[in-house]
Amino acid sequence: MKRHSTSTWTVARTIASKDLRIEWRSKVLVNQVLPFAAIVMVLFAFALDNDGILQRVAPGLVWLAVLFTSLIIVQRTFAIESADNALDAIKVAGVPSAGVFIGKSVALVAQLLLFECVLVLLALVLYQVHLSWGGVVLLVTVSVLANIGLAAMGALYGGLGAAAKGRETLLPLLLLPAVAPVLIGATRATESAFGVGGASLGEGWPWVALLAVFGALFGFGGTLAFGVLTEE
Amino acid sequence: MNSIHPFPSPTSTPTGTRASRGLGVVVFLGMVLLTLLGLFFTDEDVVQGSTVRLMYIHVPTAWVAYLAFIVTALTSAMYMWGKQHSLTFDRIAGASAEVGVIFMGLSLVTGSLWGRLTWGTYWQWDPRLTTTAFLFITYVGYLAVRDLGGSHQQRAKRSGVVALLAVLEIPLVHFSVVLWRSLHQKASVLRPNGNVTMDGLMLFTLLFGVGVFTLLFTWMVLHRQRVLALADAIDDGGLEAALQERRNENN
Repeated sequence: MKRHSTSTWTVARTIASKDLRIEWRSKVLVNQVLPFAAIVMVLFAFALDNDGILQRVAPGLVWLAVLFTSLIIVQRTFAIESADNALDAIKVAGVPSAGVFIGKSVALVAQLLLFECVLVLLALVLYQVHLSWGGVVLLVTVSVLANIGLAAMGALYGGLGAAAKGRETLLPLLLLPAVAPVLIGATRATESAFGVGGASLGEGWPWVALLAVFGALFGFGGTLAFGVLTEE
Repeated sequence: MNSIHPFPSPTSTPTGTRASRGLGVVVFLGMVLLTLLGLFFTDEDVVQGSTVRLMYIHVPTAWVAYLAFIVTALTSAMYMWGKQHSLTFDRIAGASAEVGVIFMGLSLVTGSLWGRLTWGTYWQWDPRLTTTAFLFITYVGYLAVRDLGGSHQQRAKRSGVVALLAVLEIPLVHFSVVLWRSLHQKASVLRPNGNVTMDGLMLFTLLFGVGVFTLLFTWMVLHRQRVLALADAIDDGGLEAALQERRNENN
């Protein structure tokens, strides 16, 4: 078997820390994408125009906002690669593509987590939902698992769009139908965490299993497929 | 300008053979017979009236759509894991997905028309319906991936991976929609009794429709696959011809 000079995990760590460092220094996420997420939450309130309904559908709105934001974050994470043909350089360097995929996904998970914290806080303030400590535990578990699924699919299809230069418009078409189970699972679990519609905390946990299966399946599938999808 | 045509002229490589033309004739006659059976020879349904005639189109189109996506998944797998990485498998996968998307669209349209007449609503958030709609969008995405450009092998690999990912996606979508619906099901629409017994000729018409549409699918994929092969040949040939032209310029 061919041995890579750099191990998959080293590559993954390097890519993830590089991505996060770029975001930390450029502040694009904080200055541009975060305000977008906030205005989406405000616009939902304008569109629905009823406090009772807002409270009832708050979990769905939070996760819809996460999905829309994830499209921008995924595009951004591959835009920084294609800007100077960095993706090509990485491929030429012969590093294992599984490492690139894992690194990109880990950075995406971290970024999505930040957005979810802000969006949930906004829901608490703007939509007047309530959150118990038990709900917080459920919500954190749900967010981490949902993010693994979202990040894996995002890295996979984002990488495909980036490899086929200038075809980023394809991302929503491929990504959104694929992550529908995440939207369903995460929304239902968050309903339990927020306790809307009389949902109890116990009803939320079975959905965690669905999110875990999704994350595991596409985390693993993505690790295998990423190299083929981004090949020149 | 002396252009070179390294590929044969269209007339010497038609997309039809004697066998596939014969199949075409059989399909045509079958469709005529199916129309007569569906519209004139079969009786109205006791509950649904003439609405039931939509089933003779709806069921076969849904069947062909699912068959098409199974063929796409299988031929994609055969391409990915085959030693030769034969582009023929890739082209069959692409042709089958194209035909599948058309038939899935038809099946969604005929289904919602039937739903309007029987259930009183065009759309029901039923797991099967929802999964079908997702499958439709997913394969529209698959066709877009096939269009990304690059070499033929690159197209085949990318779309092969996307087709295989779709095989993972669809059961998960279906499963999550089933879970979702099991919690939120509202029994608000009129549903006909599940134990519908069909009279002999009606059942025959339905099965005959499925058979004829399967032959139609085979015929369409056969021809489309050949057209795709010719398109690939033109791509390759076009590049060769352009290179040759540049070489000639230097002489």
